[in-house]
Amino acid sequence: MRRALVVLAACAWALVAMAQENLDLSSLAIDRYTNSMAQRHPKLLPWYQNGAVGLAKDGTVTLRDPDVVPLSQRQAVSRLVAAENEDRAGLYREIARANGNPAWEPDIRATFAQRWIDRAPAGWWVQNATGVWQQK
Amino acid sequence: MMPKPRLLVCVAASLAAGCITINIYFPAAAAEKAADKIIDQVWHVQPQPAAEAPKESPQ
Repeated sequence: MRRALVVLAACAWALVAMAQENLDLSSLAIDRYTNSMAQRHPKLLPWYQNGAVGLAKDGTVTLRDPDVVPLSQRQAVSRLVAAENEDRAGLYREIARANGNPAWEPDIRATFAQRWIDRAPAGWWVQNATGVWQQK
Repeated sequence: MMPKPRLLVCVAASLAAGCITINIYFPAAAAEKAADKIIDQVWHVQPQPAAEAPKESPQ
């Protein structure tokens, strides 16, 4: 009888704990990806602003208009975009893993994709659900 | 006298199963919150507590 009550109490506690609905972001890997992206952001910013780089619907960034990047800088921008996408992929994967559900990765990616696009400032280029690029 | 603890064990077991089920579903709201937190850091957005507070208050 008492054991059953203990089990019940433990279950109730677990339910309450889950009801808090917060994803755990406290992992070294998540910090590393976030810091790396934050440090890169000032370098990507002018290319977001002039439309060379856009926010894609799959949670990545894309060099959507290379023509507005001076030829001398095109390779550097390509490298920035590739590095950013590596960090983003790692970030999505690590958030899923840190929360005990690696299978959540596509959902995490989709959530981020939507939030990057929703929160992008006016003037930036974003990809809508059908894949068409639009300026905000 | 006997069936009572058994009933409790059944309830506990179904609650435990419930816990597992809940954990499988993707917590969309929590993920959005987490995404916003990280986007703030990456884009160097200053937190705006004053702007968020009135949103929650009932009219």
